[in-house]
Formats: sequence, structure tokens, C-alpha cells
Amino acid sequence: MGINRRDFLKIAGISTLASIGGAAGLTLIKSGAIEAAQYIDDPRALKAKRWGIAIDINKFKTPEDYKRVMNACHTIHNVPEINNPKEEIKWIWTESYEHSFSSQEYANPYIQDHLKKKPFLVLCNHCDNPPCVRVCPTKATYKRESDGIVMMDMHRCIGCRFCMAGCPYGARSFNWRDPRPFIKKLNPEFPTRMKGVVEKCTLCYEKLAIGLKPACVEASNGGMYFGDLSDPNSDIRKVLASHYSIRRKAELGTTPCVFYIIGGQ
Amino acid sequence: MYNGGKIIIGLLIFIGFSTFPFLFTMGKVVPIPELKLDTPEIQKMVDKRCVEPKEYMKTEHMVMLNTWRDAVVRDGARLYKARDGRTYDMSLQNTCMKCHSNKKNFCDQCHNYVAVKPYCWDCHIAPQEGT
Repeated sequence: MGINRRDFLKIAGISTLASIGGAAGLTLIKSGAIEAAQYIDDPRALKAKRWGIAIDINKFKTPEDYKRVMNACHTIHNVPEINNPKEEIKWIWTESYEHSFSSQEYANPYIQDHLKKKPFLVLCNHCDNPPCVRVCPTKATYKRESDGIVMMDMHRCIGCRFCMAGCPYGARSFNWRDPRPFIKKLNPEFPTRMKGVVEKCTLCYEKLAIGLKPACVEASNGGMYFGDLSDPNSDIRKVLASHYSIRRKAELGTTPCVFYIIGGQ
Repeated sequence: MYNGGKIIIGLLIFIGFSTFPFLFTMGKVVPIPELKLDTPEIQKMVDKRCVEPKEYMKTEHMVMLNTWRDAVVRDGARLYKARDGRTYDMSLQNTCMKCHSNKKNFCDQCHNYVAVKPYCWDCHIAPQEGT
């Protein structure tokens, strides 16, 4: 007995429906799926729409002032100390005026001498329009929409270094070798990185999550302000409203969120 | 058959090589890994429970770690509410390994048995263990 076209289509249709339904049913009864509702917010977490940092350069006087801040960051984040400038890893470091504010040479070549001679603390600017995020092919670096932090997901980084080429501030470092042997004292509460990934400042997202300010701000003894740039009543907005401040390479349109307070009140 | 002798010898060698792993382990019983749950942290617990029930953790811990990772890194969520209502910090290094501080007698036992090599420890710091 043969089967006619009409019957064949009926059977094919019904069996397709049955298999789709069965598969859906199986996923429903399959235990173990984790639901988003199982995550809850930590009430201690600091929240903002747009985090920013203001560095009052007048409060950084001795080399120890800079060192204290840099060490605070590098020790808690297991940043290796590699004494080879081609391979070094840095999250926050010092740079000359000329290198930090290259465009200021055109804006005002006759700026005060003491500024030209001063070292400046530099770090990732957590740009509002971050070029590193645009070029990342795996979205390993991305902007947190909730608070504007430019984050790194080390699990996804493939080490292509497009972001390093994209960043106009040199805020990113590549791990040319296994960093572990170069870390003097491991902080067991924070991961290290591995060979072949790019890393940078993450604005201490892990500290913000438990209600603490970034390590550099804590260690700066009031030399750095941290707060919500979208809130006109925040400390950082008040300090920026009353002091003259500049940003690094703002003309590039990346909208950096690290400010340098130059003038007094 | 041209070159029959050579072909048959070649075939025999090939079959020998390809079946060697099976023949070699035939009849041998590889002991099922035994996990040690005797770390100081676990012994201190009155109610010895993991984040979720044991059976769930056995089969789904890798899925859970993956979702935890995405939740923490990508979504900024850090606390996990278990089915029985307790909350945990979603952290491999600071939550899981605090109790299971015996990576060699815990994680590695099964992972070696089934020959999987998770790359967690390339970055995450395993607890200090006396060898």
C-alpha cells in the first residue's frame, strides 16, 4: 500500500509539532536551571549613574604621595611588578605633564612651570565613549551601562590587543608572560591574570560592590575625589564646580571621566 | 592481491595500535574518585550543606559556576540566593574554595578521573595546601 502526498504531509507535520513540543517540555521539566531571580543586590553596594574621579594635583607633593596610591591599587589587584618597560603591567602610574596632556601644549604652551615639571597620576579614564570597547571583537571589554565603568571580562579576552591600539591614554597593559612569578605578595581574595590577556584599571568594581570606594581614592588621603558625575550634589561635582580642572585629550571625543584639579578655589 | 603480505602486516600493526588503549586497560578497575570533605572549614559547620543540595552540585556545579561568572562580571550581581533561602557571595575564590580548601583532594580528583582540565586556576588563586 502506498502513501499519498496528502497523508505524508499530515504525518510529517504532526511529528514535527510533537518533537518540538517534546523538546520544549523536556527543557521545562529538566531541573537545575538557574533563574535570574536567584540573584539579589547587596544593599551595601555603592551606586551611581556615571562614576568619575577627580585628582587634586596640589595634594600630591612628595613621591611617597604617588607611591602610596599606586601601591594600594597594585597590591590588592595582584598587579605584577615587571621591571622591563616593554612588558610592564600598570593600572595606575605616573606620567610627565608632556605625556599626560599632550594637547595642552597647543592649548596653552606658556602654562605655569610647576605644572610642566610635575608628575601626574594617570589611570584608565573610564570614558563615556570608550574606543577600546568599540574595537573589542569579543566584548571582553565593555561599558557597564548601570554606572559607566569600562570593565574587563578576563574570561573572554583573546589577547588581540586592538583595545591597546584604540586607547589614546595607554591605560592598557598586555601580559606577555605569566604574571604570577612577578607578584610579590598574592592577594588571595582577587584573581591574577594569565599570559596573553590585556588588563587595566576596573575602578575597583569589586570594592564598590561591597560599599567601599576605590583603593586609590582611599589611599590618597583626600587627594582624590570619587563620586557620581550625573548627580549635581555629589562631592565630585561640587569640587569640580568650584575648582579649575582639565581632562586628558578631551578633544578626541572619548569623554574621559578622570579630572585633574589644577587651580585652587 | 598485489603486495598482500605487506598490506596484511600493515593492517595488523594498525589494528594493534588502535586497539592498544582498550586492550591495555581491559579488566583493570580504575577506582572511582573519593572526595574528601574533611577540611577545617567544613568540619566547623554544624549543618554540613553546600550552596545547593549535593546531587545538584555534583551534576550542575560547572553550569552554576558559569552563570555565577556571567552574573558577577557582566551584570554586577554578587549575591546568590539558594533554594533554601540562604545567600552566598558568588565567588569561586572566596566562597567555594573557602570551604573546599583541599583542591587536590576535591576538585582535581574527579577532574583527573574524567580527564577534564578546567582553566579556572590560570587566574584564580587556589588555596594554599600542605603537600
